[in-house]
Parts: sequence; structure tokens; C-alpha cells
Amino acid sequence: MRLLGHRLSGGAAVGFAIILANIVAISFARWIAPYGEADLVGDVWAPPSGADWLGLDNLGRDMFSRLLFGGQTSVSLALLITALSFSLGIVMGFTAATTNRWIDAALARLVDIIMAIPQLILALMVLSVLGTSIPVLIGTIAILDSTRVFRLSRAVAMNITVMEYVEAARLRGEKLWWIMRREVLPNALPPLIAEFGLRFCFTLLFIASLSFLGLGVQPPEADWGSMVRDNATAINFGGIAPLVPAAAIALLTIGVNLVVDWFLSIHGRAHGEGA
Amino acid sequence: MLPLVAQRVALGLLTLLAVSVLVFAGTEILPGDVATAILGQSATPEAVEAIRRSLGLEEPAALRYWHWLAGFLHGDLGNSLANGRPIIEQLDFRLKNTLFLASAAASVAVPLSVGLGILAAINQNGSFDRIVNIVSLSAISLPEFFIGYVLILLLAVKLDWFPSLSAISPEMSFGERLYDIALPAATLTLVVLAHMMRMTRAAIIGVMSHPFIEMAFLKGLPRWRIIVQHALPNALAPIINVVAINLAYLVVGVIVVEVVFVYPGIGQLMVDAVSKRDVPVVQACGLIFAGTYVGLNLLADILAILSNPLLRVPK
Amino acid sequence: MTDEILRITDLRIAARTEEGEEKILVQGIDLTLHRGEVLGLIGESGAGKSTIGLAALAYARPGCTIIGGEIRYAGTDIRTLSRRERRRLRGRRIAYVAQSAAASFNPAKSLYRQVCEMPVRHGLMSYAEAKKAAAQLFAELDLPSPETFGERYPHQVSGGQLQRAMVAMAMSCRPDILVFDEPTTALDVTTQIEVLAAIRKLVRDHRTAGLYISHDLAVVAQVAQRIMVLRHGRMVELGEAAQILHEPREEYTRRLVSVRAAAAPPAEAAVAERGERLLELNALGAAYGRLRVLKDVTFSVRRGETVAVVGESGSGKSTLARVVCGLREPAGGSVRFRGELLPPTLSLRSRDQLRRIQMIYQMPDMALNPRQRVSEILGRPLSFYFGWPRAKVTARVEALLRMIDLPVEFAARRPGELSGGQKQRLCIARALAAEPDLVICDEVTSALDPLVAEEILKLLGRLRDETGVAYLFITHDLGTVRRIADRVAVMLQGAVVAEGPLAQVFSPPYHPYTEALLASVPEMRLDWLDDTLRRRAGRQGAEGPVIGAAAADRFALGT
Repeated sequence: MRLLGHRLSGGAAVGFAIILANIVAISFARWIAPYGEADLVGDVWAPPSGADWLGLDNLGRDMFSRLLFGGQTSVSLALLITALSFSLGIVMGFTAATTNRWIDAALARLVDIIMAIPQLILALMVLSVLGTSIPVLIGTIAILDSTRVFRLSRAVAMNITVMEYVEAARLRGEKLWWIMRREVLPNALPPLIAEFGLRFCFTLLFIASLSFLGLGVQPPEADWGSMVRDNATAINFGGIAPLVPAAAIALLTIGVNLVVDWFLSIHGRAHGEGA
Repeated sequence: MLPLVAQRVALGLLTLLAVSVLVFAGTEILPGDVATAILGQSATPEAVEAIRRSLGLEEPAALRYWHWLAGFLHGDLGNSLANGRPIIEQLDFRLKNTLFLASAAASVAVPLSVGLGILAAINQNGSFDRIVNIVSLSAISLPEFFIGYVLILLLAVKLDWFPSLSAISPEMSFGERLYDIALPAATLTLVVLAHMMRMTRAAIIGVMSHPFIEMAFLKGLPRWRIIVQHALPNALAPIINVVAINLAYLVVGVIVVEVVFVYPGIGQLMVDAVSKRDVPVVQACGLIFAGTYVGLNLLADILAILSNPLLRVPK
Repeated sequence: MTDEILRITDLRIAARTEEGEEKILVQGIDLTLHRGEVLGLIGESGAGKSTIGLAALAYARPGCTIIGGEIRYAGTDIRTLSRRERRRLRGRRIAYVAQSAAASFNPAKSLYRQVCEMPVRHGLMSYAEAKKAAAQLFAELDLPSPETFGERYPHQVSGGQLQRAMVAMAMSCRPDILVFDEPTTALDVTTQIEVLAAIRKLVRDHRTAGLYISHDLAVVAQVAQRIMVLRHGRMVELGEAAQILHEPREEYTRRLVSVRAAAAPPAEAAVAERGERLLELNALGAAYGRLRVLKDVTFSVRRGETVAVVGESGSGKSTLARVVCGLREPAGGSVRFRGELLPPTLSLRSRDQLRRIQMIYQMPDMALNPRQRVSEILGRPLSFYFGWPRAKVTARVEALLRMIDLPVEFAARRPGELSGGQKQRLCIARALAAEPDLVICDEVTSALDPLVAEEILKLLGRLRDETGVAYLFITHDLGTVRRIADRVAVMLQGAVVAEGPLAQVFSPPYHPYTEALLASVPEMRLDWLDDTLRRRAGRQGAEGPVIGAAAADRFALGT
């Protein structure tokens, strides 16, 4: 099987299938879900049955339905944050790679210092002060994540700017903006696309972890991470309730990782990766 | 080479300082006021005034920072807002627990993953390597709480081999303690194992693609000898880097694991403090975590410098 | 009694591409080698010479497989041997000398450890014995302080020394066959002589058989008794060295020989000075920190003239190009263009000034944006400098393609779909699209095969005649200079040591460095190396080293 002119490996096919299933399920949640998000349907932690495929949660709500709606929250948050961090990171990274040494050094130092602290710790600190509202979550994680994107895009851009065709453009007298847009960006796309996938996975896991700790998405909103938290105690009675949303997270992450792996294997060593 | 190491150490100390500023600033910048935020609804002017005085908020920020840092270096971490007790009391026991857990996990994870990574690289594209690749790819996608709860379900609830909650206390013997942390340590190990293994494998494969490795083949040396004698010495620096990155990752992963297993460590403490808005505790824990992270990276950089053959012998 | 040490019959090697298709690299090769004999393998890139050389060790690069034929070493077909037995052969009986010494040595180990590794691992001697033997080899190869040389690390010795260390490493087990894979290609011309002489002496003294792979006929002729010409994995011709050089039978061989031989045509009468001074360099200097890389450079280029700047690595010729372009700021002196003083940096120059000076690079792969189509690559200078509407641009792009002898359909292609020569043509067209007065050619033929390079030089000459453009031609190859230049400037360590019309600089009386350079270029006769060595030995006594780093200092002081 081929996709976009390249051979699709078995793993990549599985990955694409998972991603597609997720997109469909989450986009059409309203029509697919058998019950509403807050409908009380039966006994607390009832095991899976013909009617309730994934069982019921800690208040007797249908796990499957809540999974679909919670997925909307998780995935859309992760996508939004990744998009934001990418925009910020790429602009800063390309700028650092193409302007003079002082600006580059200053940006790089700043990013170094921010990255000297683990992301979770910084996030916890900011949340302890600013509270755990959705805008704060989005802003904090996006800014923190943009540092990684900055590093990668800067490295990629630098590898490209030393190429002679970039120098040829400079010799012509092209402006910086034109060079970034027409010479650097098209050649930087493969590693950046791969990184987008990886960052998405990381953000998904990160938000879920924060929600699991009770510091992410707050009730009445629910995402997969907070669902794990709500159902955690079921494990002591042998119930699988917390494993269901956790597995959903894991599945989507595996799917995206498989696709990213395939993508990287096609485009070989991207410009940005070391020699 | 020594000046390079000294330079790196100096840079590390500077980073620590900058980090401490960031930790302090990160918890003290507010659109509103620390006092008001803490009190929330019950923010009467007198209460706000009282809190501000007790926190010393009248002083300029720089001075407060200095007091805080100086106190920290002397072992005085201030008092918790939640219960007014000195933070150092709570930290002592918990810090030891977290270190115990992290070290146990690291001592298993590091040798195991580096070993498996090397084996996978030797076997590149063979069946062992492919299995390792798929398994590790899946493993790095699993959130820590997923692994934790699966382990609890299987090994604690169904099979009853290990306790599901850690009830660690100072009176326990070493052996008892190990048994108690078995599951959380296993969770941490699995999480970090996958990452480290993949990165080690990639580092070795990277070195194997150098031309001098082909030359070694043309000299008639067997594959294992080439990897051990030619590839590994040059892969040392990247592998050390990998280990450091993952140990740092471990330092953070420990937080979630402690919550899953209700383990009395500083991870658990920090999370509680965040939800209670107990800023001094958050600062103290934050600085400890950040400091450890910076320290590990510094150690990795120094080891990388020491193991770089080009730097060992000058031009 | 047979002296035959290697017999290859009907060798076939294939490679598996990414898409899973099979590509034949080598087809139907037969060759024999006797003890003490050297066979030269000549061909352009892609001819399969390295692949055949590696096959002599029963080795194929990852992705390639030996799919047919026999490789008989001392009577035994090594293809039928087990992996272990093959390993035992490698290094011990058949050894390999790679093109790049720097890439073949482990940076983490001392030279002794690596040179002695083979005899020790193959169980021939103890480490102490191996060290002594290695020191002796170092002495035979004329390496400095042979006793302690091996204690150094690869990054501590020079390129030529490292290459000789690699030869010592290959000889350490006294193998029967040595495969030399372009061992002197990456070296400066003056260093090449030493390594060539060392190789030849060693091979003769130890009666080792050799396969000498190269793309340079003149070099191969100095060490090989017989030469095999290869093309696209097949043999074109096989014969004695003298016959191949002076009476080639096949058409392809003839072309190779004529391209090489034409590198030394009789010097022509000086071309009359013509036209205004287009580019004037006056006491130009440049520095990297405290290191001066350009010292007091003064010469000019007239309209329509081709001035070659020739020198070895480190001579400053590339820096000169960058200063003229505005990429590097000069540290003294001035550059005048069409009578006006040129601003020192790019950003200060006007678009028109930038348009009139264009540059062509050495590596066409890196000089072209892989994601842009030919139409865009050629069209951009047109719209950028002249602001033409799309229709006019398209017409002009087609005209440019025709000018460089490429079909107009190529406008829709990307650089990845073009060959090396075609890419370089594209770079030339891109430069000429701006209708410049001066084109700086920075080693534009150095990365190309000799036949392709020849085509490019002819194209450049033709375009110069058609458009009247002037060239500042940077190169290290004297042969190229002879074919294209009107005037020459010879550079050594940042200074111009000789400058003038081609005939004048390249005939006596020479500046001593020019003479040394000219003498280092291998000529197409079998006794060239012996002659050169003899001349050197004769001088050595009287005046000290003629070539090499120490000599360079001597010359610089002389000026």
C-alpha cells in the first residue's frame, strides 16, 4: 500500500487507523455516544456488558460516552497547545538562526534557563500561583513547550542557512523574510512535521498527567486524565475503570508515534539531525 | 581539559542561581497579590495585612529573594502555610523516601536499558531488534499512571504478590522497604527503560555509521569486538547524555508515581501544596527538584567532556 | 609455478535501492593480479572501481551484494568461504587503504593501537613486537620521529602523515594484496608526491600486489604496470600502462587521455590587454581574528578577461572570493568595481552592484534548493533584478536552458532529478540570468568527473565569448588554469606571489613557488614520478625541502 508516493509499513498503517478512528469518534461524539455525559445509568463501577461496552464509572455514568466527550477535551486541548507552541517556537527559532549573534545568543540563553527546570515543576509552580483555569493551562504549557520547538527549529534552520543556496539568495540581495519563507521553511518541513507529532503526544500525556494530579482540567469539565483520577480507587476492588481512559491516551499516543516513526524513516536524516 | 570542566561547573552554578531566581519569581508574580490569592474568599483587609506581614511581603522582592535563598542554604526553608510548621521537618522524611525510590529505579533501569540498547544495536534490524523497537515504542507512549495501575491490578490485587499502597515508615528494615517500593520502583523503571533503551540504541547505531567502523570490518575484526572496542568508546558521550536526560526524567516521573501509589515522598508533598496554594512549600520542593535536575545535567556534561578523546589529548 | 595471487572472473555486484529495485553496479569483470604487480583501476564516479576493490576483500557495502562470479585468492574462491574465514583473510592477506584517512581512524585511540591492531588480533605477533614493526614501517614511510609517532592521536597529525599511517596500518601484516582506494585524491598536490613515492617504494620492497583505484590517469600511471579502464561497472579496456597512455584503443579511453593530456598545452602568446579595468583589488587584506588570511592582494580583472586565482588549501583564494562578493569584510585595502569603490559588505551594496557580480559554487548539490523547480531557480533572478512580467520570464528561462544545452522540458524538474554536470550547468545559467559583468567561479569543476568538467569548461568558454562576461576563476588545478585563463595570480598563504599573463607566469623564469606547483602536477608519462623525485633529491642537499609546509614559509619569506 502506498501513501503520498511512499511505501506504508505495517506499523504505520496501524497508526493511521488508530488516528482516524480517534478523529471520527471524537468529532461525532454527540451522535455516537449512547448516553449523555452526565447521565446516571446504573451501578457504580459496573463491569462491561452488552449495553455498556466499557462499563460504568464512579458515579454510574457510561464510561464509553464519557470517553468520547472527554476525548474532545483532551485532544482539542493538546492540538491547540501544540499549534500555539509551534507557532511561537518556529518564529523564534528561525529568527535566532538567521539574525545576528547577539539576538541569537540572548534567545538561546533565555531558553536554556527555562529548560534548566523540568517542565512539570515549572508548570506546577505557575499553577500554584495562577490557579488551574483552562486559559492558564493553555498558556503555560504552550510557552514551556515552545522552548523545545525553538531548539529544534533553530538547529534545523542553522543547518539549512549554511547551505550554499541560502548564501546564493543572500548574495542576490534577498531580504531575510523571503529567505526564511522560500529557502529555509520548505526544507525544514520534514523534521518539523515529525516534531509536531511528537510534541502532540507529549502534550496529550502532560495534560493528562496534570489532570490526574488534580491540577489540570477541573470539574465539571472532564478529560481523560481527570477520568483516571476519579476512578482510581476502583483498582483496589479489581475494577478496570481507571484503565479505560488511560488506555485511550496510550492508544492514541502509540498511533501517532507509529506514524511519526514511519515518516522519519522515509525522510531519513532530516536536515536538522546531526551529521 | 580541566579549564573546560571548571568552566562548565561555573556555568552550572550560575544556572542554579538563575533557576533559583526563576523558582522564586515563578511563584511570586501575580496579577493580584499572594495574600489575596491565598485567602480567597476570606480576604478581609486585616487578614490580608496579617498574611503579608507574616510572609514579609512588605520588603522589596530582591531582599525577599535573598532572605529566602540564604535561609535555604542554611537549611531553613521557612514555614508551611497550611500548618505553620517548619517545612524542613516534613521534607526530611519525604526527601529520603523519594531518593530511595528514585535510586532503586535508576539502579535497575540504567544498566538494564544500556545493556538492552547495546544488544539491540548489535542485532540491528534482526528479530531481537525489531521486537525491542516495537515494545519500546509502545512503552514510551504509555502514561505512568497507566503502567502503575496495570501493575497494581495484576500484581497486587489479582496475584497479591506486592502491596498496592506503600506504607513505608522509618522503622522498616532495608529489605522490607525494598519490598514495599517494589511496584512503584517497577513502574518508574519501565517508564524510563523504554526511552533510555531507544536512545542508547540510536547513539550506538549513530557511531556505527562512521567510516572508521567500516575500516575495522575491513581489518577482519569480528562484529562484537568492533562494537565493544571501537564503537562504545566513541558512544560513551552520547550514552552518558542519554542517561542524564532520563535520570532527569525520572526525577519528574517520580511525582506521578508517588500519587498513584500514595507514596510519602516530596512529589506527593508538592502536588498537595500546589492544590492548597501553599507557596513556600511549592518553592522549596521546586528548588529541590530543579536543583537536582541541573546537577544531573551538569554531571553529564562533565562526564561527556572527560570521556571525549579529542579533548583528552590536546592538538 | 604461478605468481598469480588474485583472479576475478565474471564479477557481478548489485545494489538494492530504497524502492526495493535492484541496480547492477558491476557487470562481468575479469582481472588477474600477480605478486609484486600493481593494476590500476581507472574510471569516473559510478564506474564501480571502489566496489570492485572492496570485492577483492569479499566485502560489499551495506545495501550491496556480490551476486555472481568467482574471486580466487591464491587459488581459493573466497566467496565460498565462511564468514569467519573471510574475516581471517581481511587485513592479514588482503588489506585496504581508504580514501580519507581522517575518517578511517578511530579518534579515540592512538595510532599505535590501531596500526598494531591487525597483527595482534590475527595472532601474528605480540603487541610489543607489533609496535617495533610499526615503528620500522613509519621509518620506511619517512614519517617524522618514527619511534614516537605512533603514540599520537589521529587529530594530532597532518593529512599527509595520516594517510601514510594508514598505509603502514595496511602493511602491518605484510599482506599479499593491497587495495588502494583513491589514497591521494583528498591531498594537496604537493603532499601527494610524498605519499605516492612512499606507496611505490613499499610495494616494490615487499613484493606486494596492488589494486590502485583512481580517477586520475597520470597518478595511476606512476605506480601501476597495467591499467584497466572502467565505465558504468563494465571494463572498457585493459592494457599496459604505456599503451593506455600513449596508444589508447577505445574511444572512451581516448577521451579520458586527451582530457588529461590537454591539461598541458603549449603556452600561447600573451593576449593583448583589452578593455577597462572591471575589478581592481588594491592592497586587499582580511583576517580571522589575529590570523591574517589575505595579505596585500593587488591585481585587476578587465572586461571580458578570465583571471585565474590558483593556490593550494589555505592559500586564501576562497577568502578572496568572499571578500569580493561582500560576504566577508576586508581588513584593509579596497575593492573597486567599474571605477567605483565597492562597499565592504553585502548589506551596503545596491541591487545593481549585487547583480553585476555573480558567484558559482563548487558543489552544485548544495548550491541549489532541492525543493525549487528549475523554472523558479532561473526565474527568480530575472524577476528580482529586472521585474519582468511572467511571460517574459518564462521565455527568457527557456532561452537560458537552451544556452546551457538543456532541453526546455527541464524547467519543470527539481535539482534532484538532474545529474551533477546538469546541476552545475544550471548554476551557471542562474549566474548568467542576471546578466552580470563579472562571474566568480569558486572551484566549479573540482567536484566533477574529468569528462564532465571538460564539458563545463568548454561551456564557460563559449558563454564568455558570447556574452563578454569576465571570470574570476578560483581553482587549485593547474590544468584547468591552462585551458581557460588569460591571466593568472598564484597565491600562497594569503599573498599573491606571482601575477601576470598565463604564458608569462607559467614559463621560466618562474617564481620558486610556481615552479614547485607546476612540478607537483603529475604528467602523463610513466617516468614523471622518478624524475620529480630525482630533481627533489638533487635540490634537497643544497636548498632544503622544496615542497611542503616548511618550503611554503621559505617562499613567502622570499617575496
